[in-house]
Amino acid sequence: MADTSPTAPRSGSSTGTQLVKRGLAEMLKGGVIMDVVDSEQAKIAEDAGAVAVMALERVPSDIRRDGGVARMSDPEMIEGIKAVTTIPVMAKARIGHFVEAQILESLGVDYVDESEVLTPADEAHHIDKWAFTVPFVCGATNLGEALRRISEGACMIRSKGEAGTGNVVEAVRHLRSIFGDIRKITQADNAELFEWAKRLQAPLPLVQEIHQTGKLPVPLFCAGGLATPADAALAMQLGAESVFVGSGIFKSDNPSIRAKAIVEATTHFNDPAILAKVSRGLGRAMPGLEIAGLETTFANRGW
Amino acid sequence: MPVKVGLLALQGAIEPHALAFQALGATSVEVRTPDQLAAVDALVIPGGESTTMSKLLDTSGLSEPLAKRLADGLPTFGTCAGMIILARTVLDGRVDQQSYGAIDVTVRRNAFGRQVDSFEADLAIDGLADPFHAVFIRAPFVERVGDGVEVLASVDGHPVLCRQGVVLVSAFHPELTDDLRLHELFLSSIS
Repeated sequence: MADTSPTAPRSGSSTGTQLVKRGLAEMLKGGVIMDVVDSEQAKIAEDAGAVAVMALERVPSDIRRDGGVARMSDPEMIEGIKAVTTIPVMAKARIGHFVEAQILESLGVDYVDESEVLTPADEAHHIDKWAFTVPFVCGATNLGEALRRISEGACMIRSKGEAGTGNVVEAVRHLRSIFGDIRKITQADNAELFEWAKRLQAPLPLVQEIHQTGKLPVPLFCAGGLATPADAALAMQLGAESVFVGSGIFKSDNPSIRAKAIVEATTHFNDPAILAKVSRGLGRAMPGLEIAGLETTFANRGW
Repeated sequence: MPVKVGLLALQGAIEPHALAFQALGATSVEVRTPDQLAAVDALVIPGGESTTMSKLLDTSGLSEPLAKRLADGLPTFGTCAGMIILARTVLDGRVDQQSYGAIDVTVRRNAFGRQVDSFEADLAIDGLADPFHAVFIRAPFVERVGDGVEVLASVDGHPVLCRQGVVLVSAFHPELTDDLRLHELFLSSIS
């Protein structure tokens, strides 16, 4: 929490400000954040050039397969991952589960993901993220959802996609929806902005800010279903500023080689010759799932 | 010919630097390939993950050309991760992490701690009349300074802004605030 930070701020300085929280998101741009379930995978991710790792107890495709309630990871596992990596470590808390978030903050994780991949703890409220020193990332399927999360204090938004499917179609749908509405809002007149705020169920000042700047107030990354270097480059060309890759790496035939290829593809997302080069000889990608056949869609969690 | 500033665009906070140079009327271009590096008069290595950038310098074929241009006296400004990449020696880095020795300092990665310890503070900088509001994100600091390196600012006794010839490095992020004085200082060093 803001006034009980693990280390006291040095004199005349402040921690946990919006500038500092959004600042780390700025530093993660153009990079790949990889899901890892143990320290071995964390090392592979860092070796491959990940900008951060996301510690969770099971990758989304396993959560999908196993069913049951998915929760915050064991602190011991998160500590283990922190011990072997030098890059930022993120971890997931359930939607609305502010105590899991408090625990993650006390462990010193660098970002908390209030994530729909875990089973929600509250079906009406998200976490009040302003109350924390640690920054939060939240998922969104559309612009209204993104702005509601930002109004609750999220400092990074990721399009949700459909995690654990290896199918990029939902990520594309969500990115197109968010950027499409941003483009329309920049063209709207002042009277129309009131109607946009009502339609999006989002705070008017944030809608007005988008009208002025033409972009979200915080970085927008992409997650959910990315499995190949081309998928990562697709997300980047559609306007995402970084990518999260979950099951796509450690459920493929050769995680290390695929992870490196996705890192290179994210940097050189506009260069088809380099994309062709890094896409060669990666072995099989994770098996994919059709969205229509899913029993549970994670993307619908969040309000 | 106006000066062309290259922004190493492998990963990290590139756009805020571009906006700062634009506000100062200078031209900046993104650098991801050896050809693009060959075409610039100065270089900014931005904030981001130094381990990631180090690997991408290799895979993008930029490592050797960058070392050569730095040895030839390319004016360079490194912020945070950029400071680490330009340093002589890196502590708490990865064993395979490259640094280019363009400035004779020893830098400790994440020396101020993790994200919950990241902070903003007003900083007195040598040569600037008013304090500079500085943003430190999982920031490094300098532990050893070689001969010929000027220390322009420190926090708790640790150097966070240093200069040696045409190479300027900061542990903090001047690109995240509207204060353009350090970008201006860097531009003034390019002739």
